[in-house]
Amino acid sequence: MALSYDILQQRLTDKFEGQVSNFQESYGMMEFEAPKEINLKVLNFLYDDEQLKFRFLTDLCAVHFPENKGKELAVVYHLHNMEDNIRVRFKVYTDINQPDVYTASGLFSAANWMERETYDFFGVNFVGHPNLKRILNVDEMDYFPMRKEFPLEDQTRIDKDDEMFGRG
Amino acid sequence: MSEHHIKLPEGSIEKTTTTLNLGPTHPATHGVFQNIIELDGEKIISAEQTVGYIHRAFEKLAERRPLYQVTPITDRLNYCSSPINNMGWHLTCEKLLGVQTPKRVDYLRVIIMELARISDHLICNSIVGVDTGAYTGFLYVMQYRELIYEIYEEVCGSRLTTNIGRIGGFERNFNDIAFQKLEKFLKEYPKVLKEFENLFQRNRIFMDRCQGTGAISAERALNYGFTGPNLRAAGIDYDVRVHSPYSSYQDFAFNIPVGTTGDNYDRWLVRNKEMWESLGIIEQAYRKVQEFKGAEAEVFHADVPEYYLPEKKDVYTKMEALIYHFKIIMGETKIPKGELYFPVEGANGELGFYLISDGGRTPYRLHFRRPCFIYYQAYEELTKGSMLSDAIVTMSSLNLIAGELDA
Repeated sequence: MALSYDILQQRLTDKFEGQVSNFQESYGMMEFEAPKEINLKVLNFLYDDEQLKFRFLTDLCAVHFPENKGKELAVVYHLHNMEDNIRVRFKVYTDINQPDVYTASGLFSAANWMERETYDFFGVNFVGHPNLKRILNVDEMDYFPMRKEFPLEDQTRIDKDDEMFGRG
Repeated sequence: MSEHHIKLPEGSIEKTTTTLNLGPTHPATHGVFQNIIELDGEKIISAEQTVGYIHRAFEKLAERRPLYQVTPITDRLNYCSSPINNMGWHLTCEKLLGVQTPKRVDYLRVIIMELARISDHLICNSIVGVDTGAYTGFLYVMQYRELIYEIYEEVCGSRLTTNIGRIGGFERNFNDIAFQKLEKFLKEYPKVLKEFENLFQRNRIFMDRCQGTGAISAERALNYGFTGPNLRAAGIDYDVRVHSPYSSYQDFAFNIPVGTTGDNYDRWLVRNKEMWESLGIIEQAYRKVQEFKGAEAEVFHADVPEYYLPEKKDVYTKMEALIYHFKIIMGETKIPKGELYFPVEGANGELGFYLISDGGRTPYRLHFRRPCFIYYQAYEELTKGSMLSDAIVTMSSLNLIAGELDA
């Protein structure tokens, strides 16, 4: 029987006894969340299970919700079951003051750089990652620029003159 | 040991390997790529990539731009096939906003996207040729890439970073010159591609250089998140155009070419075959476009004036246009809340847009799934134990585009 979102939800609820929660479907894709401590267990279950077979990590990134106290950072996994052609979005939330999330790079080689990118921009500390260092930004950078507390430059700013660009 | 041999100080470690810093700017890397390669003679022991030299913080920039202003950013991802990125972004917005595009728009988009795919594969395959010592093919096919760029130019006015189309369709209908150029392309290009194919496909030198180098198994390719021609060369028939069709791709008949070994030769073959398939899709789409009669033949965008800027002369003379102009500029257009992931088949893999909208005029978060960023991390595994000269070919046959890699 082809896999459907209903079956997936049932299987996950049975397996993790309600720890996997907040199932919702929008724009044709199902999403759910789990506590960050069991992210690897969920990913492994989705990968190994003979019915679910989510064996392709499409995307991994983070989102910052400053209003969401205690759960400021969301790490978002997009997984794909290519045989049944079904995609899911899986989220774990973490406290920004202690952004430790287990790495998925042992399961997916693809996660290696995607986690480095996520660390680079959001400061999510992937525990167990083999080489967690900045990837796109310079190594000396001491902040995480995609967090919402760093706004882009004010567009109405007028104090920029030739001097600033070495042409004065 | 001869008398002249340099004597190392007592206790020093004799290093038997060579460290080679390849890049960031090197004629053979075709882009800003740095590799710190450890060599034993000519064999590669390890390769460490440094990326990010042209990082431009697109995801951050996008957080302050209204949806329609994000399009020029997407141009600069994979700049060998900008139209696919543009269309991918428009399709993402349309899905968020619930815009239905007319069939003619879909077909015109398909024409442009497949032209972009051809031009991208053409560059990649001919560069593989250059790196194996055949410059002629590259120069020869360049004039047809030029013709493709002229078609873009007729449609949108620019060539490389196209910023083509808008939410709902195109800015203007394709003019007659665009269709004439397209016909010229359809007529002349098959012969050229055939000749290009003859130059390489069964060329002894080319085959010897490419077969068996840079190979990856299907299982590893999946684990590494390969998509597009690189994944198909490893033998997995995954194509977004078929698995989750967008822009009416379900109306076209085409094959997905797959390879078996995932080596440089198979990647070249898959791209070459895909160009033939794209050509077939363009022919079908052009025929379908010609079938529209009367008013239908003039349709080039969906009727969604709230999402694109009206023509300037209308703003001065028409009430409606003035209102929409004002609303768009002042950010009064209603954007629904939502969260979606939309993939399209880019020229080098699955290009995905993960968009979170909080109902504001700009995206709350926009993440680009950039295929070559994800598969470039396999480079070390692909080249370990091979010769340095093979690693150069592997790099170009992966179709790495620095703009996309570094976003």
